Order: sequence, then C-alpha cells, then structure tokens
Amino acid sequence: MREHGTRVLLAPALALVMLAAACSGAGEVGQGADVDLDVAPGVTDDAVVIGTHQPLTGPAAPGYLAVSQGAGAVFDYVNDQGGVNGRRIDYRVEDDGYDPSRTIDVTRQLVIEDEIFAMVGGLGTPTHGGVIDYLNDEGVPDVFPASGALAWNNTEEHPLTYGWQTDYTKEAKIQGEYITENFPGQDVGYLFQNDDVGEDSQAGLDQYLSDEVVAREHYESDIPDLGSQMAELENAGAEVVVCSCIPAFVALGMLEAARIGYEPQWVISSIGGDTATLQALLTEFTEDTDAEGVPADAFLEGAVVTSYMPRVEDEDDEWGRFFVDVYEEYGHGGPPTNTHMFGMTQAVMFAQVLMSAGEDLTRQSLVDALETQEWQGPGFTPFSSSEGDHGGHQGVYVVRFEAGGAIEMVQEARVTDREDGPVEEVDFERLSPQDLPFHD
Amino acid sequence: MPLPVRHLLLAALGLAAVAGLLSVTGDLTALRIAAVGYTMLAVAGLQLLVGGSGQVSLGHGAFMMIGAYSMALLVLHQPTLPLAANLGVIVVVSVAAGVAVGAATARLHGPYLAGATLILAVGLPGLAHRFHAFLGGSNGLNIRTAGAPPFLDGLVTTSEWRALVVWTTVVLGLAVLATISAGRLGRRMRAIRDDETAAAMAGVPVGATKVVAFVIASAAGGLAGGLQAYVLGTVTPSSFTLVLSLTLLAALVLGGIGSLWGALWASMAIVYLDVWATDLARAANLGRNAENNLPVVFFGVVLILVLRFWPLGVHGALRSLGARLRAVRSDTSSRTPQ
Repeated sequence: MREHGTRVLLAPALALVMLAAACSGAGEVGQGADVDLDVAPGVTDDAVVIGTHQPLTGPAAPGYLAVSQGAGAVFDYVNDQGGVNGRRIDYRVEDDGYDPSRTIDVTRQLVIEDEIFAMVGGLGTPTHGGVIDYLNDEGVPDVFPASGALAWNNTEEHPLTYGWQTDYTKEAKIQGEYITENFPGQDVGYLFQNDDVGEDSQAGLDQYLSDEVVAREHYESDIPDLGSQMAELENAGAEVVVCSCIPAFVALGMLEAARIGYEPQWVISSIGGDTATLQALLTEFTEDTDAEGVPADAFLEGAVVTSYMPRVEDEDDEWGRFFVDVYEEYGHGGPPTNTHMFGMTQAVMFAQVLMSAGEDLTRQSLVDALETQEWQGPGFTPFSSSEGDHGGHQGVYVVRFEAGGAIEMVQEARVTDREDGPVEEVDFERLSPQDLPFHD
Repeated sequence: MPLPVRHLLLAALGLAAVAGLLSVTGDLTALRIAAVGYTMLAVAGLQLLVGGSGQVSLGHGAFMMIGAYSMALLVLHQPTLPLAANLGVIVVVSVAAGVAVGAATARLHGPYLAGATLILAVGLPGLAHRFHAFLGGSNGLNIRTAGAPPFLDGLVTTSEWRALVVWTTVVLGLAVLATISAGRLGRRMRAIRDDETAAAMAGVPVGATKVVAFVIASAAGGLAGGLQAYVLGTVTPSSFTLVLSLTLLAALVLGGIGSLWGALWASMAIVYLDVWATDLARAANLGRNAENNLPVVFFGVVLILVLRFWPLGVHGALRSLGARLRAVRSDTSSRTPQ
C-alpha cells in the first residue's frame, strides 16, 4: 500500500499546481521560444521522410483523393531517377477524412511517430487551419498547404507556412477584370460557398464588379441543392454567373440552370474548374433524370475557367504532356485529371526546393532554399515564397471550354495582390521538364 | 467515510493513475488520453440520463457543441479570463441550454423524447452556418490556448499539461456525477426509470427530477465539449454531427449502461477502436473501400458481439468475471484445511 500512499499525495500536489496555473488567462499565449531549425529529423543519407494529411476516405475523398495520388506518382518518378541529392523521397499520406479533429491526431502521428522532415501539401482550410499553429510551434516546415485561404500567407504569425495556391481574392480580382473587359455592361451574379472561399472571392470581385452585381447567392457545402439559388440568379437577370464553388456544386448549378432554361455565361474558379471531374459528375448527376444521355460537354461548352497550373487537356504544353506520361507509368490507373495535376505540380515544386537545399539538408537549409528559390514553373505564374511574402502563385490565366473537350487560352497569366493593387500582365518564362532541376 | 469524500479520493487516485500513465508515454498518446478523458465525461453524463433516469437522448453531441463553441468564443473574445472561469461559464451556459430543452421535453416519453433531441443534433450545427461571421461557418473557429505554465518547463510538455487539465476536470466531474447517482436524486431517477407511475405515487416529483437529470447530462456534455475545444484548439460544425450523438449512445451501451465505469470503456472504444481498425485495414493492405468502411463495421461487430454475450456491456462482463473469480477463490479457500 505504500505506493498508493505516495500517489494520494501526488494528486493534491498536482491539483495545487493546476490551481496556481488556473489563474492566468486561458487565451493569453506568450511568444513561443524560437524553434531550432538546424535539425533534420526524417533525413538519412539515402532518404527523406515527408508527410501530408489528405481526405482518403469520407465525403471529401472522391473530389480530393487524386491530389495525393498525383503527388505520389511524381515522387515515385523522382525516386526512380535516383531521388533528390541522392535521397529517396518517402511520402507518407495520412487519412484525416476531412475531419479537423482527425487532422490534429494524424498530424501529431506524422510529426511524433513518423518524424517527418516537413509537412507537404496538407489539404483543406478547416483541416489545415487546426494544425498550422502546432506545425509552426514544433518547427516543422509547412510547405504548400492545398487550399487558397489567405491565412497561409502570414509570415509574422506562421513563419514556416508557405502558401501555394493562388489565393481566392487574387483569383477573383483577375476574374472581375476579365469580366469587365470581355462582357462589358452585363449583369453579374455571384454563386459562392459560404465560407472563406465566398468571403475572399467577393472581396476581389467587388473591386471590379460592384456596379454590375445583381445577385449574391451562397450554398452550404453539406446541402447539395441549388434550386432556389439558380432561380434567384435567373430572376435577378444575371447574364454572367461567377461560381466560386467546388466541382460538385458547379455541376449541380449547371444542371439546375439547364432544368429551368437559364443560360448564363459561367465563370468558374480553379477550385471548381477541373473539367474531367466536372464531366464525370455531370454524367453521374444526369443518370435517371430527363437529361440522361445529354453529353456532359453540352453543359460545359463556353464556360470560362481560371487556373494557374498545367492542364491535362492542354496538348501543347510540355508539362501537361509530361504529367500525363508520368501518371500513366506511376499512377493508379485511369487517365489523370486536373486534380492529379494539382498534386503533381506541388510535388515537382517541393522536389525542386529540396534539390536547391543541397546535400546538407536541415530544416533551415530547406527554409533558406524556399526563400531564395527562383521559380520557373511548372505553374504558369510567378510564385512568391520570399521573406515577408509566402503567397504562392501570384495570379491566374483564363481558358474557355470548347465543344469536344478542347480548351482555348483566352487570356495569358496575369498577376495581382490581395489588396487593391492593379492586375498586371507578366512576362513569365517557364522551364521545360527536362531543363527544370527537380531530381538527380 | 462520507460518500463525497470517498469519491473525491477515488478521483485523486484516478488522476494520479493518469499522471503516471502520461509520464511513461509520449505526446501522441497524451492527446489520445485527453480525448478519452473528455469523451468519458460526455458519456458519463449520458449514462446518468439514460441509465439513471431512463430518458433517451439522441442530441448529446449538440451539448458538446454548445460547450466547444462557448470555449472558443470565450478564448477569442475574453482571452484574459482564466481557464477555470471559462469552464465555469461553460457549465452555466450548458445548464441554461439544458433547462430550456429539458423543460420542453420533460413531458415526452421514449421515442418522442428521442425524436425531439434528434432535432437538436441535426439542427444545431446549422447555426454555425447561419451566423457565419460570428461562428465561422463550416471552417469553424481556431483558438490558441496557453500551454504548460513556465515553471513546469521541461517537466511536462504542453500536450501532457492539457491532458492533465482535462483529466482534473473530468475526475472532478465524475466525482460529482457519482455522488449524485448514489444520493437521493439518483434513487429518485432510478425509481422513475423503473416505473414512473409508482414513483409518482411514492411522492417523487417526476417532471422536476427528469428535467434535473437532463440538465446534469447537458452540463457534463457541455463541459466535455469545452475541454475538447481546449485540447484540439479548433471547433467546426462537422465535428458535432448526428453521428457523434449516436456514437456516444452506442458506445455507452457497449461500455455498460448501469455504471460510470461503463463510460470509461465506452470512451476508450470511441477513441481507440477507430485507430486500431484503420491500422488493421492498412496492415492487411485492404483496398480503399475496405479501409473507408472498416472502422464503422468493426465498431458495429464489436457492439453486436458484446451485447450478444454480455448484455450489460463490457463492464457487466468484467463484473461477472470478477464475481466468478471470487467464487472460485472462496471455493478453494473454504476447501483448504484451516
């Protein structure tokens, strides 16, 4: 019983300590001690372990499974070429089912058990938003989260987080400018997801379209119905509909519009503009309805899409062709979609920065490489990862979807900032897959 | 020894056991131990309601949501308030919510009560979308809470500290629940559970007792949600769906509905069965679809098996095992010549 006795003493002691600590504010967080970046967990002479959290199961999986499949294919390709600076890339994908509480669990698992060198491409705004503090506190480089939230570009609070996707406001500003130039005087309606996507997109669109906008309709991502929204847009007389939506809701919106005989000009953000995914969704959604048998391309024809990455449909683009070839050899079967391209572009860019970090790999050398990297593709726009600006891709180009599945570039890449700066054309030189150093 | 003192002593022992466990495990386990803690408090509240007073609530997750959002809003808007005060406010808020719901539902029985609480579980997450600017919509709210106090630097990590804070609150909450359950109120609840008419004839105020049971369960659920927000630092409506409420109830049945110990097994099942099933699916290299569904199937199969062989749940099984062991021991000792 002696042991019990000490335990009984231990408990009140603990309680006293807690009581003392309970008197300071719960939300008062002191400036954390500086993290040590001169370390290289997960790095050996012949391998480097990196991790990511992705929705491999659950409701978000069908839309986003392709991201980690694409990235995995590129890393396999890189490893087959001899790796990066003699090291294989060991890409660990953990499933969070797009549930923020599970993201926290699997992220700790990656950092503590797998001892990852860096987090690469953690997917989702609500999910990644819950671990960004933890990663920065632990000194884990948080490279290229897969989401366009503005929150990733905050070098004061999160110095180790490097945004990747063109953020929603920048993209919306370029969409707004494109609409005023190409559809002048037309009434515009917004259709957006009721979270930061919608909020940040409207902030950009309003800079150009505040006089033209006649309707603002939102949807909740867990209620798959756009009946009233499309009716409202039609009633308001919107001739152009800007859809800041994920693919499922782009497809729903198009079907609903067709059902009520409403034919607006669609302008779709990159997050919803994966045409291969849209085609599959449209085919699936029209099954057992009046519209069964109507080819998916009939809905998509004429739609305008903004993007910043190589696209599978783009047969003139070297990177597009390269990715299709890599996926054919290293992928999971089936043709790649633009969502695969997303993961593949991220993977190439990470391998590239790992290459620049050199043979003496530490977290500090990775961060230094990120801050000084001169990016030349595969994306179509300049890219910021410099000190004070971790904004990622700086703009978008515009393509139009033509009948028969082809796309036509209607506006070359332009860049802007997330405040009220101008939209500018850029002269951006991309290197080909052969010339860009991203593997040995 | 008076009952409350005994329960407090047991609580202290429990806390010491958790502290001991934390000292030999790592940060990842600390997070999961904390998760077992707050889940256990939620299930224990439900246990008092379902096992104690015989009311079925399918909306317990909604009270966790109320607690979690209260914690997040308090930390965001009143960062100087100490954690203990936050937890106090959360109890008050959940009690208020419990009174409102309980008063409305006290006249309902069985399936009608279940239906009414179901509405709560389905409808409440919608509030986060409705008041998008205040509650953050589907992205929810992110908070940063203070970690281990500076004078404990190097002794305990932030995760271990959080787990300790959670368990301190949980064991105190459990001591309160155990005391209530063993006291007059608990007896009244059980009388109502067994036969409402007989209880009323014996002078038990049926309506009031049912409302009180509901309110206590709400407070436990709210406190658990607040602790969850404190540990995870993020609250989103997708964490408090109907599935959570149903899981809590199913796990309670699995753990054993008649005892607070059942809540411990239930919370361990909720936290660890999922982890194990995922590991299992990965180790067996099953396809994506199998991995997707295995945790749910695994939970279901375990639930069915436990109820088939031990209708009183894991705790019932352990108790009958203990009784058999004691019987064997007394058997052998009586046979040994003195």
